Amino acid sequence: MRRVVWLPAVLVLTAVLAAGCARPTLYSWGQYEELIYRSYAAPGAVSPEMQVENLEADYQKARSENKPVPPGFHAHLGYLYFQLGKLDQAQQELETEKAQFPESAVFIDRLLANLRKN
Amino acid sequence: MTGCGGLARAIGYAAAVMLAGGCVTAQPYDYTNYRLHPPRSIVVLPPLNQSTAVEATYGYLTTVTRPLAERGYYVFPIAVVDQFLKENGLPSAGEMHQVPVEKLAEILGADAVLFVTVEQYGTKYLVIDSVTSVAARARLVDTRTGLVLWEGRRVLQQSSSSGQSNLVAMAISAAITQVLNTSTDAAHRLSPQLNLLLFNQKDQGLLYGPYHPRYNQPPE
Repeated sequence: MRRVVWLPAVLVLTAVLAAGCARPTLYSWGQYEELIYRSYAAPGAVSPEMQVENLEADYQKARSENKPVPPGFHAHLGYLYFQLGKLDQAQQELETEKAQFPESAVFIDRLLANLRKN
Repeated sequence: MTGCGGLARAIGYAAAVMLAGGCVTAQPYDYTNYRLHPPRSIVVLPPLNQSTAVEATYGYLTTVTRPLAERGYYVFPIAVVDQFLKENGLPSAGEMHQVPVEKLAEILGADAVLFVTVEQYGTKYLVIDSVTSVAARARLVDTRTGLVLWEGRRVLQQSSSSGQSNLVAMAISAAITQVLNTSTDAAHRLSPQLNLLLFNQKDQGLLYGPYHPRYNQPPE
């Protein structure tokens, strides 16, 4: 009797796990979401310098895997460079976001227009 | 009590949760508006927070990009948008949610806005146990017409004793091995599983977006 209880449960769990593991992702996520979470959860604990360092490493890893970085990745990186006063890199990252995802054009153009105003 | 008894109880509990959540018996979602106005891009505003944890807004927001992007949509960079809106006179989620959607289309060029309300977010510590809950409802609105394209609501609870957790949480808990330090960290870690239920469920979740290989194809 016990086997009868176990078997369907094991089958269901296996199916759920397989479905969760087998599906390849569209993007190489790296620490993009995690870094943003940590920067909100403990402001100051994750400096823009450290975020830039981690995201640039993620980007190299994604390139080596031939996988795109997710939507928003380059825009966020550009925003971090802007915070560090590195306007050339900020501009380059924003333009990379726009080239990778044309859907971002209106917003990115607005950010680019504001980039050197201050 | 044997282990089998515990598992059988857990399965019964999971079934009860699924039925209560409506995912077994519910009608397929009516995607008429969604199919008429298929968005390419989605901006997720910082969620309204009805939970008792102040961390809910950003703890949940920082888990939403991945499921939407993996569903095939362009998702605007949440922190950049948040900062931009704050600098333009909208210091809180509540104020951001009041902005007319046409205005968000004009400023950001977003096809659709996802309005999220976090209803529960946190962990209750009991005598020998703790229960983490995340509940959220979401509404996807077309920025050109103001039409609601999709709505959903899900509740997920996970107990520290595995016998009490629901099926999805059980399956995933094997992957969550790190020690959870604070009550809201646990809710943050549970949010991706809630998002699977909310966004990815067949006939209930979001349709595939343009970057997904199954875009514009009939459901599996």
